Amino acid sequence: MTGKTLYDKIWDAHVVREDASGSTLLYIDRHLVHEVTSPQAFEGLRLADRNLWRKASIVAVPDHNVPTTSEHRGNGTAGIDDPVAKLQIETLNDNCRDFKLTQFKIDDIRQGIVHVIGPEQGAILPGMTVVCGDSHTSTHGAFGALAHGIGTSEVEHVMATQCLIQKKMQNMQIVIKGSVAKGVTAKDIVLAIIGKIGTAGGTGYAIEFAGKGITDLSMEGRMTVCNMAIEAGARAGMIAVDQTTIDYVKGRPYSPKAEHWDTAVNQWQDLHSDSDAVFDQVISLNGAEIKPQVTWGTSPEMVLAIDKNVPDPSQEQDPVKRVAIEAALEYMGLEANQAMTDIRVDKVFIGSCTNSRIEDIREAAKLAKGAKVSSNILLAMVVPGSGLVKQQAEKEGLDKILIEAGFEWREPGCSMCLAMNADKLESGERCASTSNRNFEGRQGQGGRTHLVSPAMAVAAAIHGRFTDSRGEV
Amino acid sequence: MDKFTVHQGVVIPLDRSNVDTDAIIPKQYLKSIKRSGFGVTLFDDWRYVKAGEPDMDHSKREINTDFVLNQSRYKSGSILLSRENFGCGSSREHAVWALTDYGIRVVIAPSYADIFFNNSFKNGLLPIVLEESIVDKLFSSVADETGYSLIVNLETQQVATHDGEHYHFEIDTFRKHSLLNGLDDIGLTLQHTASIRDYEAKRQQEAPWLFYEESEG
Ligand code: SF4
Repeated sequence: MTGKTLYDKIWDAHVVREDASGSTLLYIDRHLVHEVTSPQAFEGLRLADRNLWRKASIVAVPDHNVPTTSEHRGNGTAGIDDPVAKLQIETLNDNCRDFKLTQFKIDDIRQGIVHVIGPEQGAILPGMTVVCGDSHTSTHGAFGALAHGIGTSEVEHVMATQCLIQKKMQNMQIVIKGSVAKGVTAKDIVLAIIGKIGTAGGTGYAIEFAGKGITDLSMEGRMTVCNMAIEAGARAGMIAVDQTTIDYVKGRPYSPKAEHWDTAVNQWQDLHSDSDAVFDQVISLNGAEIKPQVTWGTSPEMVLAIDKNVPDPSQEQDPVKRVAIEAALEYMGLEANQAMTDIRVDKVFIGSCTNSRIEDIREAAKLAKGAKVSSNILLAMVVPGSGLVKQQAEKEGLDKILIEAGFEWREPGCSMCLAMNADKLESGERCASTSNRNFEGRQGQGGRTHLVSPAMAVAAAIHGRFTDSRGEV
Repeated sequence: MDKFTVHQGVVIPLDRSNVDTDAIIPKQYLKSIKRSGFGVTLFDDWRYVKAGEPDMDHSKREINTDFVLNQSRYKSGSILLSRENFGCGSSREHAVWALTDYGIRVVIAPSYADIFFNNSFKNGLLPIVLEESIVDKLFSSVADETGYSLIVNLETQQVATHDGEHYHFEIDTFRKHSLLNGLDDIGLTLQHTASIRDYEAKRQQEAPWLFYEESEG
């Protein structure tokens, strides 16, 4: 018998039952809930007169719709101007109250982006199955967990049964061989991966990221990589457990208590793929070849290293791809063959569940220290991922450095990652963004998004155009 | 959930790959706490000239006459034909609700994003995978003939054209059964309550930290 992959192991440990067709009832350990994809699920439960299976598995938080300016916060939901957004957040409050759920409310220091607060609280542990009505749930795979996004019907299904009806995915391993160069970050690694395999490359797979380029990363960096597994088409991305994982988890509010700690750590030691495990597909990248990345188009796979030029559609043989390149250049307002370093930027956004953790803010502050945001930048903002990240950054004085350089320092939330609140791009505006999606209209109708790392975002803010962040320190 | 057996409908061609869920239903409409009413804002950015807001009277907005949904020949359409990786992006089920609320019952494409694909079945929307070459052929048939329609038979797993062509499609047995009978997944799962309880009891022994009632914090 061949060995098991990490995915196989977690899957096997959560099978409640399987029927002849391979359809499996999979047990869910942790369910994260936010205001946008949950109201219809709670409504469904009420209509069918069903209760929650295991309330303690749920952690709820409002994040997508919350305002990020201080004058609109600190006053509970009363500070929200948009009546539709306000109703949605109040609906979450009502639902959490009625069903007696744990919620970090809008004015709680623990509030923040759902994928930032879960790990921060220790609510995500190795070996868990984790779901959330949000595609970036893949983030939590960084802990050696099986974590993926679900739709609202499935949110309701997990609430009512603690299970999901699933079919097993295939196994893919992506290996980053060797270390990456100094100044190359987790975001660059994952963008380079998506550039290589494409946005549908991981469809139908659970991806395990491995190799020195990955194990060298901190938990924050690992979360950045797994966060974007979904941008490569894979619902779940994951990384084996090692000492870095265990050290991160230790002592957090939801992590195993002292009397269970050793047993837990012991079990977690097995959360890696066996050496003789067989993957359905293996892809490898040479860490040393990865450079800082910038997307130029309207899909995360339209990405290039900073020293490259925008593609020329006339050089593309495949007619479907040629049309896609032409359409993207048109939407993005770019010329074929233009140097990436010649692209001027209007706004800069540092935040989102991809890059709003303390390490990201430290990196941004390091580059921003003593520098000034360029005069052609209309807005440069930093939106910490949670109240606790914000508090920590302020304790370290990072907010002052960033404000001094010309950045706005905001309250935690999803903000301009998807522009459901007031933080958005105007039509035609170009943004260097540390978020994860550069789809048309994602940051505001007609807005042009370039995905980058926090370091590259700061470099763009200082120079007013894209530039290699490695020249900055 | 409504049953799905046989559906005949006019085909709407959306000739793009990677149609993402932000395009299917832009985020400003996700603030709704309802499951219905998303049809008028399906493909909002492409369908209307200016960006819309949830509280608008959408019937008064200026439409983009070039967009397929606004062309009279596709007005009654209920089968959407598109390209690879349809439904990529976020997990928002609102994308499926927008399609069904508009009246779409079937999507045909060479491939789909996983979460969208999964969400479709929960709402009686049938996402059919057909080979790229067949999809190409269907696009040209739609272009050639106004009112071009197809007949989709879930029982026999076939898409039939009016000139007698039949294309077979694959579907997971469990999903097919649920769709044909309009079954409620939660009801089905709750038939296995005892198995779930057994699993929990065993698991709680092995890993008690997964079952804490309260956090330490
Ligand atoms: S930060 Fe962006 S990608 Fe992450 S959960 Fe919020 S909206 Fe989704």
